[in-house]
Amino acid sequence: MSGFETGMSRRQLLAMIGTAAGSVAMYNAMTSLGFAQESTYSGPIKLEGDPKGASVLILGAGLAGMTAALELRDAGYKVQVLEYREKAGGRCWTLRGGDKYVELGGAVQDVKFAEGNYINPGPWRIPHHHYGVLDYCQRLGVKLEPFMQVNHNAYLHRTDAFDGKPQRFREIATDYRGHVSELLAKVVNQNALDETVTADDAKLLLESLKTYGVLDENYAYVKSDDTSEFRGWDKPPGGGVDGAPVPSEPIALSDVLQSRLWANLVTGDSIDHQGTIFQPVGGMDMIAVGFEKVIGDLITYNAKVTKIDQNDTGVTVTYVDSNGAAGEQTATADYCICTIPFSILGQIEHNFSGEMTSVIDSMSYAGSVKFGLEFKRRFWEQDERIYGGITYTNLPISQISYPSNDYFSDGPAVLLGGYGWGATAYQFNALPPEERVAKAVEYGAQIHPQYTEEFSNGVAVTWHRVPWVLGCYGIWADKEAQYATAAAMDGRTLMAGEHISYLPAWQEGAILSALDAITRLHKVVVGA
Amino acid sequence: MKSLMIVAAAALAMMATPTLAQSDAAMMFASPSKLTQTDGKDIYNAICAGCHMAEGQGAVGAGMYPALAGNETLEAAGYPIYVIIHGQKAMPALGNVLSDEQIAAVVGYIRTNFGNNYPEEVTVQEVTDSR
Repeated sequence: MSGFETGMSRRQLLAMIGTAAGSVAMYNAMTSLGFAQESTYSGPIKLEGDPKGASVLILGAGLAGMTAALELRDAGYKVQVLEYREKAGGRCWTLRGGDKYVELGGAVQDVKFAEGNYINPGPWRIPHHHYGVLDYCQRLGVKLEPFMQVNHNAYLHRTDAFDGKPQRFREIATDYRGHVSELLAKVVNQNALDETVTADDAKLLLESLKTYGVLDENYAYVKSDDTSEFRGWDKPPGGGVDGAPVPSEPIALSDVLQSRLWANLVTGDSIDHQGTIFQPVGGMDMIAVGFEKVIGDLITYNAKVTKIDQNDTGVTVTYVDSNGAAGEQTATADYCICTIPFSILGQIEHNFSGEMTSVIDSMSYAGSVKFGLEFKRRFWEQDERIYGGITYTNLPISQISYPSNDYFSDGPAVLLGGYGWGATAYQFNALPPEERVAKAVEYGAQIHPQYTEEFSNGVAVTWHRVPWVLGCYGIWADKEAQYATAAAMDGRTLMAGEHISYLPAWQEGAILSALDAITRLHKVVVGA
Repeated sequence: MKSLMIVAAAALAMMATPTLAQSDAAMMFASPSKLTQTDGKDIYNAICAGCHMAEGQGAVGAGMYPALAGNETLEAAGYPIYVIIHGQKAMPALGNVLSDEQIAAVVGYIRTNFGNNYPEEVTVQEVTDSR
């Protein structure tokens, strides 16, 4: 950010922001000031040099595996991909009407969404700085549309705040900022910052607080036309005889603080959630479909890997039919890119090094739950003027995300009825799917009473029960100590996937890790 | 004191959720970060059953969750205690969502159900020592 050219050092400024506004503001400021990391993707990969007919066996047709397959074939390698599922994508996954999802334990969910409606149980957003994913989308012809993260007209809700009545994000955000600005202005006017801020800066700070917090001429945050322009009106400006607006009353500082609704004010400000964010038109798996169109001929589906054996001359992988048909098959290649999640890989017979084995065996996978709920109509749009964006709550559903597509359309629509982690996800995981959905509807009805009347059908995916990954992303026992081992070439194999990245759970991590793995593999091959 | 009151109010608000079943599921979701069930069976049903399944039968996909039913590795209580606290392979460490008391209770439960018959008492101290 330029515009902080006041003679104060960046470190001093950060210290001040940290003191005044807490660590979250500090983090956001650091992001703005250029400390935060963006994707390291630097454009389409160039693998120069002749691989001389070398072959690569890729395990897993998720985004990491398919990125590797696409680029290695283009570079002249013989490529085969083994995939456990009947289709490609892995966690890049979308559920639509007509889909049948069988989770671990055998519970079946028949998705009954109307045509065109869908839910992404896994990744659902593509930040503007995930250059790898965005570039592949462009190259593969995957159409993107904006994903609405922050919606000032959506709600902040807690069961223990404002009698459980949801508050508009806009009101809490404006009032919090206004009150904090007023307090800081008071401190400045009491000369309490004289040792930290020069007189000249103090003047500018006051001026900025007036703008930032919408303070009046006395540096007070009060009910006015000005503040209502931000927090909304009691009676909004109209036309004609009765067009004059009536300003609204700000919520008192103590009520804002005690409500704890400020907790999610900056969620959308982190670099992964700042605008612009995208989603593929029609569902996240449009990316998988895009890859599949190009390299689908390389994929052997329904192949459950049972053994990985590498020696001085190559890699031999044994696999069986995922659906239990008898018979073992083998695939061999000179090298292997293994994108199988470590949660699964640890259960497969292999002869990786002892160091690699201990990393594989020590990585567990996070639990998470997502709900796709279909309603007969878009009541959130029609009744509450909420178009996309996210409502946050302390209920176990944690959030409700309204669809960022097909606004104003008639008929049924699907929203994300909850997205939870930790202890909450564990407990939803232990419930049968229909009970999970029923609870998500009960909880959501506390925010939107229309739920009860308008609910049509739903699905609930708990990631520990997803048969091909047993969790949603890898959790390191000791990343600092183990990462180099996991990323290093082990015999003739390189691991790839979101777990071998510093963007855990993000598709960008999977793609960057695959590109890095094949770059290093290629060096070995052309140097050999 | 104030924070205690807020916690109490939050707990009350959650308990007042009108349509929640009052069965063993009533205790579910009482905290966003911890399991709050105290009885071994309730703990099992609220968390373990998610992967090891309702009858301890386990499940198989690309990988698998081992059956706890008729599982001889449960003979020494120290083994399941260690795995629950620290995790193992696909099994996440649960030492941060379960207390020593809860772990002792649920280990006692799985060792005496699903065809397992290891009735020796599991003490909280054993769990504490395994942390």
